[in-house]
Amino acid sequence: MRIHKHHLFWPLAMLAALLLFNLFYSPEEFYTVQVRNGHLYGTLIDILNFGAPLILVAIGMTVVIATGGIDLSVGSIVAISGAMACLTISKGADQDALGLLAEAIALSIGIALLLGLWNGLLVSVIGIQPIIATLILMVAGRGIAQLITSGQIITVTSDRYGYIGSGSLLGLPFSIFIVVAVFAVAVLLTRRTALGLFIESVGRNPSASRLAGIRSRYVLIAVYLFCGLCAAIAGLILSSNVSSADGNNAGLWYELDAILAVVIGGTSLTGGRFYLTGTLIGALIIQTLTTTIYMIGVPPEITLVVKAFVVLVVCLIQSETFRKTLVQRWQTRRYPAEREVAKHV
Amino acid sequence: MKRTGKLGALLVLSAILLVTSACGKNNNNAEPSKQAAASSAAPSSEAPASEAAAPADQQITMGFAQVGAESGWRTANTDSIQSAAKEAGVDLKFSDAQQKQENQIKAIRSYIQQKVDVIAFSPVVESGWDTVLKEAKDAGIPVILTDRAVDSKDTSLYVTFMGSDFVEEGRMAGAWLAEQYKDATEDVNIVELQGTTGSAPANDRKAGFEEKIAGNAHLKVIASQTGDFTRAKGKEVMQAFLKANKDIDVLYAHNDDMALGAIQAIEAAGLKPGVDIKIISVDGVKDGMTAAAEGKINYIVECNPLLGPLLMQTAKDMLAGKEVPKRIVTPDGTFTSEQAKEALPNRKY
Repeated sequence: MRIHKHHLFWPLAMLAALLLFNLFYSPEEFYTVQVRNGHLYGTLIDILNFGAPLILVAIGMTVVIATGGIDLSVGSIVAISGAMACLTISKGADQDALGLLAEAIALSIGIALLLGLWNGLLVSVIGIQPIIATLILMVAGRGIAQLITSGQIITVTSDRYGYIGSGSLLGLPFSIFIVVAVFAVAVLLTRRTALGLFIESVGRNPSASRLAGIRSRYVLIAVYLFCGLCAAIAGLILSSNVSSADGNNAGLWYELDAILAVVIGGTSLTGGRFYLTGTLIGALIIQTLTTTIYMIGVPPEITLVVKAFVVLVVCLIQSETFRKTLVQRWQTRRYPAEREVAKHV
Repeated sequence: MKRTGKLGALLVLSAILLVTSACGKNNNNAEPSKQAAASSAAPSSEAPASEAAAPADQQITMGFAQVGAESGWRTANTDSIQSAAKEAGVDLKFSDAQQKQENQIKAIRSYIQQKVDVIAFSPVVESGWDTVLKEAKDAGIPVILTDRAVDSKDTSLYVTFMGSDFVEEGRMAGAWLAEQYKDATEDVNIVELQGTTGSAPANDRKAGFEEKIAGNAHLKVIASQTGDFTRAKGKEVMQAFLKANKDIDVLYAHNDDMALGAIQAIEAAGLKPGVDIKIISVDGVKDGMTAAAEGKINYIVECNPLLGPLLMQTAKDMLAGKEVPKRIVTPDGTFTSEQAKEALPNRKY
């Protein structure tokens, strides 16, 4: 098998290209990693830390997309989970109490699982198109988050809670360890058990899988539950990183970034096949791009255009049809002048 | 065939119009307005006695369509308007649009139908108000804009626009910085966290700031990026700024929330906010003032939300036939760390 045929080749190449650009443009600022206050400090660490929530959401999104579905509600679930946790903690007498923290985390994960179940039921039992079923919660979820926070920004002063998103373990941001754990669980569950096969099978053809004895319904509910869970953890990391919950803006447009990460990672939106490692790299590409844009000082008016352009290039290079056309054009190029020369020689 | 199609479209359109207008009628925002009416009923019965001296003093009914309750600033704004109405003996009909323009339009239509004396509102967005403002004008009800403007070309649609001058806020921030570094002999590196790209406060606060620091060649904005007025973005962008620029002396944030996010980034970098990097911010919300009192923000330009008393006074003047200026600028205060420490216990928001 040639190396560039591997499904991870192009995502990795894009990430490498981005890192290479930074190596030339701002090697010192981008690659310096120092030890400050007992933990590592540098742009690369920031990318991992800020990329953590996106990676988590994208992992959940990958398995949903693998079943041929999509979950637009993740951004709202991120907001709800952060809001729930901050509300619980802000009401506590001692904000640093361990019990309170456990309660906050349990509550926000519980509510997210409930919302995931709701999505799953709408899609599998009632049979609503996933994009519509989750659109309901995407819109309503923001309302729920605002209801929880009463439309205010809730600030908490709990060091324990802040640890989730901005603490460090062994010199690395704690959020990275959460991502590694969730990623490992997802990979083990889908690649070491038959679950991954079930998911792909349901994504390829739900009726055929049902006839083959797979309970499509439960598989669907399970993936939406998992997606909700991932979004909830991402919400906890995001809100704990800034020690506050903002129902309006937390996780805004996260669903789109997550879908983009999944697609860049090589998973097809039609379902039936998925690559968790690809998603991981896709999310890292997006976060590296964002950070690079901040570092090189792109004016805010054109930030989005630059981002869109890079994403377009990434998607074009990944498209096999586009690459083939490009190669064909190159091989069979016909310049008039060349023809003239050929004719007269 | 084509004719019937057109006719059908017309029918559908008129049906929609009927339905929507019915919605406007039904949706009288019963809950909040009732509350407001109930709460203002008590003082209004005494009002005529105390203000009997004023000629032709009658109960004023005001319809107020608020944006929502999206921030502490907005809540303070609402409280101020409600309590000022109570004090002034104005019958206030209040509605909360939950940041949706269609809700505000509905509320304004219902005020027109209730024939209130004056309508005041904070437009969610700048555009799309001509139709409903025209309706109010045709019904002879004057309109006051508070805090945010509309981009309507026909300025006769509203009587006045009262609110802070964002450019002036930027100027005050810039003036303070220029004063602080007037004797600077070395370059002062400034980074700027802008508000949402294209929004009026972001554009104006940037412009005003740049105008004031232009006089000193040592004051240099070395990086400027949007933080979308949020804490999370403010932190993320500031982290990148700190890595990309070795020597940052000053941070100018267009609102407190971004400054608060940036403070966390500065602390994570092992620097002291307010000491190693001077921080200037705009708004003066509670969390921001607390940070200022702790010395983490050096200077806050307040964007005053307490518009209530001024609004009631303007409404009274207007209905009494007095000339009201087209633009009323509310005075904004400023706070240094020490002033913030003193002011904090008495802050309403």
